[in-house]
Formats: sequence, C-alpha cells, structure tokens
Amino acid sequence: MTVFSPIKTSLAEMGLADQALKSERFRELRMAQWSELEELLNRMDKRGIRSLDTQEILNLPKLYRGALSALSVARATSLDQNVIAYLESLCTRAYYRLYGTQSGLGKRIMSFLNQDWPLAAQRLWKDTAIAALLILISTIAAYLLVQSHPDWFYSFVDAGLAGDRTPAASTEALRNTLYTRPEDKTGLGIFASYLFSNNSRVAIFAFALGFAFGLPTIFFMLSTGFMLGGFIGLFASRDLGYEVGGWLIIHGSTEIFAIILAGGAGLHIGRAIAFPGSLSRTQSAALAGRTSGLLMVGVILMLLCAGLLEGYARQIITGDFLRYSLGIGLFILWMIYLYIPRRPKGLTAR
Amino acid sequence: MSDRIQHTAQIKSTDRRSLITPEGIDLQIQLADVGARIGAIVIDLIIINLALFLGFLVFVLAGMTVNPEVAISLYIVFALFLRSFYFLAFEMGPKAATPGKRLMKIRVAARNTAIGQARLSANAVFARNALREIEIFLPLSFLASNSENVDGLIGLMGLIWSGIFLLFPLFNKDRLRAGDLIAGTWVVRSPRPFLGRDLAKQDGRKVQIFSFSTEQIEAYGIHELHVLESVLRKNKAATLKEVADRIRKKIKWEKSALENDGDFLNAYYRALRKRLEARLIMGVRRKNKFDAR
Repeated sequence: MTVFSPIKTSLAEMGLADQALKSERFRELRMAQWSELEELLNRMDKRGIRSLDTQEILNLPKLYRGALSALSVARATSLDQNVIAYLESLCTRAYYRLYGTQSGLGKRIMSFLNQDWPLAAQRLWKDTAIAALLILISTIAAYLLVQSHPDWFYSFVDAGLAGDRTPAASTEALRNTLYTRPEDKTGLGIFASYLFSNNSRVAIFAFALGFAFGLPTIFFMLSTGFMLGGFIGLFASRDLGYEVGGWLIIHGSTEIFAIILAGGAGLHIGRAIAFPGSLSRTQSAALAGRTSGLLMVGVILMLLCAGLLEGYARQIITGDFLRYSLGIGLFILWMIYLYIPRRPKGLTAR
Repeated sequence: MSDRIQHTAQIKSTDRRSLITPEGIDLQIQLADVGARIGAIVIDLIIINLALFLGFLVFVLAGMTVNPEVAISLYIVFALFLRSFYFLAFEMGPKAATPGKRLMKIRVAARNTAIGQARLSANAVFARNALREIEIFLPLSFLASNSENVDGLIGLMGLIWSGIFLLFPLFNKDRLRAGDLIAGTWVVRSPRPFLGRDLAKQDGRKVQIFSFSTEQIEAYGIHELHVLESVLRKNKAATLKEVADRIRKKIKWEKSALENDGDFLNAYYRALRKRLEARLIMGVRRKNKFDAR
C-alpha cells in the first residue's frame, strides 16, 4: 500500500546544493508526487480503477490538486518549458480521469430508464407536439386526396414500399395483404431485423438533419404523414379503413410515436440553432444536442420494439380487435411512461 | 531510455485551447490535427469491416446449415449494432476513444459550453455519433446508389450536399464535425506526459568554470531562453556549435581552448534562467532580447 508522501522539507535531505535555482528546488520537492500521480493514472489506464486500493483512490484527488497548484506556481515562477508542458498534460490527463464519465454501465442504464429518458421527452414536449401536428396534418391531407382521387396514392407512397398494395389491386387482394398469415414463419425474422435497421436509420436521419434549421426534419415528418395518409386513404376507399387501422396501429403506435419523438428532437436542435437566444449558436446547439441525443437513445429502443411488433406480432395476430387493443394499449403505456411527471433525483449527468 | 526526443513539446498556438477546471485553473489542451483524425476513422472502419466480415463467416456460413433465417436476421442485427455501438461503447468508456483514436493518441472531450462544467456525458457521445450517419454513410450511399433508379443530377447534388458535412471539420477553427457541434464535444490530443531532465541541474564544478557578467547575461530574454532550451534538449552537435558561436559573438565571450560547446551553452542557460526567474519573481517578465526592461 502506497501512502501519500508528504513533501520533504529538508533540502539537505535531498542533497541539493545551496546554489540550486528556486525553480530547480521546487521541481525536486514536488516531483515525487507528480510521478506518483502519473503512476496511478497509468495503472488505471491499463487495469481499470479496481487496480487501485482505498488509500490510492483517496490520494488521487489530493495528488491531482497538488499537480494543479504546482502548475500555477510553475507558470508564475519557472521558465522551464518542459516542466510546464509536462504539468499541463499531466493535469489534463488527471482531469479527464476525475471529471470524465464515471458511473458504471448498469447504473447508467437504470438511471436512463428511470428518469433521464422520460425527463428528456418531457423537456422536449413542445417540439414533439409540433412534429406530431405535422404528421397529423399531412396524414389527413393525403387521406382526403387519395379518397377523392386514388391516383394521388402514387405520388405519396414509395413504389418499393407499397409492394402489391396499390390502387390497381383488387379489394380482395388488398384485404389479403392485411391478413395473410404465412404458412411457416420463415422470413419473419429477417423481415423484423430489416425493418428495425431501416427504421432506426430513418429516425436517426430525422434527428441528424435537424441541425439544418429543422427544415429537413419538417419535410421528413410531412412525407411520413403523406405515406401514412396515402395508405389509409387507399384502403378506406375500398371500405377497409377499420381493417387497415388495425394493421397499422399494432406496430404504428410505437413506431410512429418513435418517429415523432425523433422529429421533435430534430426540431429542437433546429430551433436552438435558428434562435439561440442569449447563447452563442454553437453553445445553444450543444445544449440542445445533449437533451435530444438522450431522447434519441430511447427512440432507437422504441423502434426495436416496433420492429419486433411489425415483423412478428402483426403477422401472427390477425384479429382486428386484438390488433387494436395491443396497439392502443402500447400507446397508453408509452404515454404514461414518458409523460407522467417525475422528480429528478440527485446528481444526474446532464 | 530511448533516443527519441525526451520532452513534452510546446503546443502550437493555433492548436492551443483553454480548458478551465472546476478548481479555476486554465489547462492548455491541444486540438487533434486533421491527419490524426482521418487516420483514426480509417483504422476504425477497417476494424469494423473486418469484424463484419468475420461476423458474416460465423453467422451466415456457419449458421446456414442449422437455420438460415435466424442466421441472416442475427447477422443484420449484428451489423447494425456493430456499426452504431462500436463508436458509442468505446467513446463512453473511461478513455473516451475508439481503438483508432487510441492509436493516434487522441480522444473525445467535452467543449467548454454555456453550462459551465465540461463533463463528457453519454448523451453527448450519442449525439456526436448519430450525426456520423449523415456525415460518412450518407455520401457513401449516394455514391453507391448512383445507378438507374436515381437521377444522375440528384445523385450529384446529394453528393455535394453531403460532402459539405464530410469536409466540415476543415472549415472551422476548432475542427468540429457536425456531430461535435451538436454534441458540445471536440477531439483533442491526449499525449503521455514526459518529464525531461531539469537542464538547470548541472555539475557544480563545470558551472563554476563559466562566470558571466550581468551585462552578458542580460543580452537575452525569455523567448531566447526557450529556444535555447529546445536546442539543448535536441542535443545535435552542429546546432549546438552554431548557437554557441552566435551567443559567444553576441556577449563577446572569449572561447578558451578546452571549452566544450555543450558545457558553455548549459552554463549560459543556467545563468540566464537564474537571472530571468529572479526578475520574474519581482514581477518583471522580460519577453525577448528587444524588451528593454
């Protein structure tokens, strides 16, 4: 066990002659502490914090502060560049260790689920509401247009995504696409993982493009809504409105919720950059980015659930009532989880 | 001890940034240069692709015989997780650097922001890596999709637009990626500190041979002292001789027959530093030889 070494006070003890420079003596006196700190840091880098015993952990902040104070003294009194540069990089290294990310992964995950994610969602409720409104408006618009003229469908829905579900298909064929239960479940897994991978990229884009003043995000929300409205409109024009609702809601309540949250996060950043207020634009962006980044981790988790629901549950559960109750139930759960007010606990990493 | 240059070099002023600790001390940190960052991302991409390839062998080729469907879906999820979580997991760790960054001796750090205390948080790491999607993978996808289904012009516009993100770090003074800008982070060098020997500590007998008059010592200032320090640390015979001759000429020092350039410079360095430091304590910081104080 290494014990914190006090500064040796007797110069003779160190074998220093009288003519030694002040800065030279200063260095001789403090050097042992610096190398002790360096040694601890090296050990932490190699073998983690567990390789330090209690005494060493207690010493660490003392040694760090000692090095910081030595740096101040050296800057004021020493003209040895090497000592100053050494202390700067030693202190920086110790600083990052002491003030860096600290809590363990398990603790972080728990705190994320317990409070960080819901709190981030609550803080961004305005932007989320705007994103939701954008999707709602575009869905209704596309729905009405497709109702009046089925050909509008082609301009709203990507051909690759639609597959067989186009106005050209017969009502019976459309109905079948909603309920077909594959003979064996081959392919469902691939489909689910593909959807998750695809959706999370879509959401990340909606978020990441937000910083172009939020404009691409708005466009993204609108086009998602158009697609949704187009689908519903097409099926509704064949009297399949209730049925397509079930087909969409079972995973859509989770997936579209997630996309709305991602859009909210994107808009939040766009807003922070466009209207930084009293902060500088970069500072404002950084501040907004931290909260929205947090929310985005949650969005990815939601999309994972949505992918599973879409790939598995929707193909397996074919009853309309069951689909509706599962979809709406999940929506209510998400709302309760995210928006029930909760008190921030203790020290949170912001 | 190897024969590499054994001292921590001074930071170039364009790369120098301040980092104020909660204790109120301004630590000077050094931004990572563009070369190191490109090197780091290249290494990381190589590692990721190697892992993807190995994953492909393991999941698909080996799993095919057992259950092809599960094998392929596992592989898709594995690929996605690897690409997104490779950066996240490493940068959230205590070293805040991916293996590529570690090799290039750089790391991610929080910028000083309006919130004050700069602590790298997990959300910041997530935000900076989420934008990697549009910075690197978007241009790549435009390049890849340049086939029949995308109009050539649109593809080109997309490439230019996304190229802006790719080249973003070259056009701002802190070399921020778009992701760094959003997340409130930057990438800094994290060199291992090295404490060289104290040049003032010398053999007392050798020092006594050289005694300089006040006038001779006053010929130079702090800037020259620092230049002399780096010359002494590099310790190259030709440079030592040249510098020694110039100093002798300037201070009108008669070279004796047995005088060694290195000894002369060491002694002069010590004398000059002693003088300048003594004045520094009295509040006089003589910048260079033109400073008349």
